[in-house]
Amino acid sequence: MVDTPKPEELLQNIDHTPPKEPWEDAAPDLSPGNFCYPTKKKNLEYLGMPTTTTDEWSPADEEWPIPDNWQQIIHEGFKDLLDKYRSLRIFMDTCVRCGACSDKCHFFIGTGDPKNMPVLRAELLRSVYRNDFTRAGQLLGNIAGARPLTKQVLKEWFTYFYQCTECRRCSVYCPYGIDTAEVTMMARELLSLLGLNINWILEPAANCFRTGNHLGIQPHAFKEMIEFFCDDIEEITGKKIEPTFNRKGAEILFITPSGDAFADPGTYAMMGYIMLFEHIGLDYTLSTYASEGGNFGLFTSSEMMKRLNAKMYAEARRLGVKWILGGECGHMWRVIHQYMDTMNGPADFGEVPVSPITGTRFENAASNRMVHITEFTADLIRNNKLKLDPSRNDIYKVTYHDSCNPARAMGLFDEPRYVLNAVCNEFYEMPESTIREQTFCCGSGSGLNTEEIMELRLRGGLPRANAVRYVHEKFGVNMLSCVCAIDRAALPPLMEYWVPDVDVCGVHELVGNALVMDGEIERTTNLRFEPLTDETEVEADV
Amino acid sequence: MNAAYLYSLIAVVVLGLISYAGVAVLGLEGFFGIFIPYLALIVFVVGFANRIIEWGKTPVPFRIPTTSGQQKSLPWIRQNRLDSPYSKAEVIGRMALEILLFRSLFKNSRVGIADAGGYQKVYYKWVIWLWLFALLFHYAFLVTVVRHLRFFAEPTPFFVEMLAMVDGIMQVGAPGVYLSGVVLLAMAALLLIRRIVLPKVKYISQAADYFPLLLIIGIAVTGIFMRHISKVDTAAVKELTIGLATFQPSIPDGGLSALFYVHLFFVSVLLAYIPFSKLMHMGGVFMSPTRNLPNNSRAVRHENPWNYPVKTHTYEEYEDDFRDKMKEAGIPVEKE
Repeated sequence: MVDTPKPEELLQNIDHTPPKEPWEDAAPDLSPGNFCYPTKKKNLEYLGMPTTTTDEWSPADEEWPIPDNWQQIIHEGFKDLLDKYRSLRIFMDTCVRCGACSDKCHFFIGTGDPKNMPVLRAELLRSVYRNDFTRAGQLLGNIAGARPLTKQVLKEWFTYFYQCTECRRCSVYCPYGIDTAEVTMMARELLSLLGLNINWILEPAANCFRTGNHLGIQPHAFKEMIEFFCDDIEEITGKKIEPTFNRKGAEILFITPSGDAFADPGTYAMMGYIMLFEHIGLDYTLSTYASEGGNFGLFTSSEMMKRLNAKMYAEARRLGVKWILGGECGHMWRVIHQYMDTMNGPADFGEVPVSPITGTRFENAASNRMVHITEFTADLIRNNKLKLDPSRNDIYKVTYHDSCNPARAMGLFDEPRYVLNAVCNEFYEMPESTIREQTFCCGSGSGLNTEEIMELRLRGGLPRANAVRYVHEKFGVNMLSCVCAIDRAALPPLMEYWVPDVDVCGVHELVGNALVMDGEIERTTNLRFEPLTDETEVEADV
Repeated sequence: MNAAYLYSLIAVVVLGLISYAGVAVLGLEGFFGIFIPYLALIVFVVGFANRIIEWGKTPVPFRIPTTSGQQKSLPWIRQNRLDSPYSKAEVIGRMALEILLFRSLFKNSRVGIADAGGYQKVYYKWVIWLWLFALLFHYAFLVTVVRHLRFFAEPTPFFVEMLAMVDGIMQVGAPGVYLSGVVLLAMAALLLIRRIVLPKVKYISQAADYFPLLLIIGIAVTGIFMRHISKVDTAAVKELTIGLATFQPSIPDGGLSALFYVHLFFVSVLLAYIPFSKLMHMGGVFMSPTRNLPNNSRAVRHENPWNYPVKTHTYEEYEDDFRDKMKEAGIPVEKE
């Protein structure tokens, strides 16, 4: 690991003024700390994807282990994508370089690197598009903004398309809706044709393919983990809960990212879901086969996304459930909301989702049969089906981070806020330009949540962290809630670096705390085994 | 490229000189007055149509709107109909505001880092200049184009007359100054200056960004010069243009100044340049899949024409892998 500068030092050294050297000629910085480790060949082989020629290489090497005809492979792949995606054609042809997007990217704000301006990130691809596929580019060359695909350009692609988190913030401001996430997805597909993928994406994808989840948790271990949480729940609430696994005939299949079963603070959100379902008597089951909500295929290729996502419908059909309920996750919901029904539908099981508790028909999920947990919970609260004691969250002053994908690829804004306002007493919004559709990425999305680029991630997370810092200073906010498993993994180190007094939680952890379950014992701690009131304050009263 | 505007400036000056000399020295009125405009029109129409057809026949495999507002979900949660459209009508509303008012650009902001008493604060300032320049530029251009229809129809359509009247409402000078011409020139100049002065915008600008601006400035300058200084013979102009419009082209007897042909040549170049350049954004803005699709993909299935079967890891394969462990853990299995 390269040493990370102190926060104030880092902030003072950010320069948004572009350098003298034209971007077309500038070589990417491939020194350690600036790139993600490439994937191990075994993952690519397991998934039947093209591989590099050797396992023993680093992006810092001068020569990369790619086939001799790599330019031809990319050219043909590019042509194939242009024939399949109107979005790609439009995004290649219509950009006027107005510059509106230039300072909208969290990586640009945090690094000042001009190639992190969305417009230039797309130009990395666009310049090759002009060279290979447009008459102007072929006739006028670099005067028309065309660049041949050299090894340096390929290295640039690898650097900067794995320095974009596909958060879509820039596309909100673009007068033509050019979406860098789409551009990055295309570029990563092209890189994948040469086996140039990163391990932090491909290993989870390979795991997910085999075991059903990113972390490679096998069925028995998955069950044990959940049962372990149930022990904790029993200790806190006195309620013994026994969730079922792979149970045929359940009404609802619940799928959440495996991170919620594996690491704090996602685990507390998992406890919150289980407590909620128990309390309302939901007829649901968990699946060990479809034990992953997330989908690292989204960060690889549309085919890989489809292959991993297929498990959800397959399992719903096998178990005979009526519909699927989905937990808190960011990119999982991009896949479910914008891709699943198209890729793996039409859903040949169940019926239009109806809440068995309130009778609400989720018309907005009529075709794909999958409902977001905050839609489900907000409906329960609205219909007075839950008894809530928000004072159990009084040690927290809460703010909410809109996760990129539920925000800009779904429009999920008010459901989680409605839930939060019902389960905690003190809720504060971050500044307007950093929330809702303008929300900032955690800096680690789209598979970049990896240790070796920690400084980049901290820089990319600066705009988010800085907005948290603002409400921390102003209102004393000490809890950052979110509906995304990557956030729950990425925001804690981000907060520790930039705003050390703020913790991170899932929305349903706060639901679990506030939920007054039938027959529970008097709670003395929250789901983290922290006392329900701030002890220092109590002592002061005495 | 930092010298990109030089290439473009040279290109525009050379184009101007070619047409000026072509008429003034070589007397090629017919070439620049008839052949070039027709050629430009053909290139424009064929090129534009080709590009739109190329885009149009490329599939839209996924429904990927960028949602900039609350989705339609529960009935009591207020949906943002414009930023997260659900129905076709709402999509049309979103597109109309995008195309007519440049709504996304209106949201533009500028980032900065400043001291906030004890810590460095990242701040975002709403900036409307780009939106304002761009909007005025496009509308001035539109009005100018419509105003010029009087050269192509006899009698002049009433809406063109009316527009010209409103456009000339300032009643300054004789003939009166058209607001649109002045605004067009001023905004093109501001957009150009912006590209040269703002470091980030300069850094991303290419020859293809300066060239159309300079060309449009050339068109505006020659047009304004003819109207107010050299006082072009508009009857002669109309004779030529009506001839072009009715496919009975002829060069007027009295002759038109070489400057007129420079103006016409610039316009022709611009027209022919559109299909091969970023100016295709005029078509692209209608077809962007992140803007022109409803946010209803969970309610109404979107078809992907090239969707193909893929290799998945089936439940049976999974159970074969883990059957013993599953049984031991009490997880139900299909095959005992």
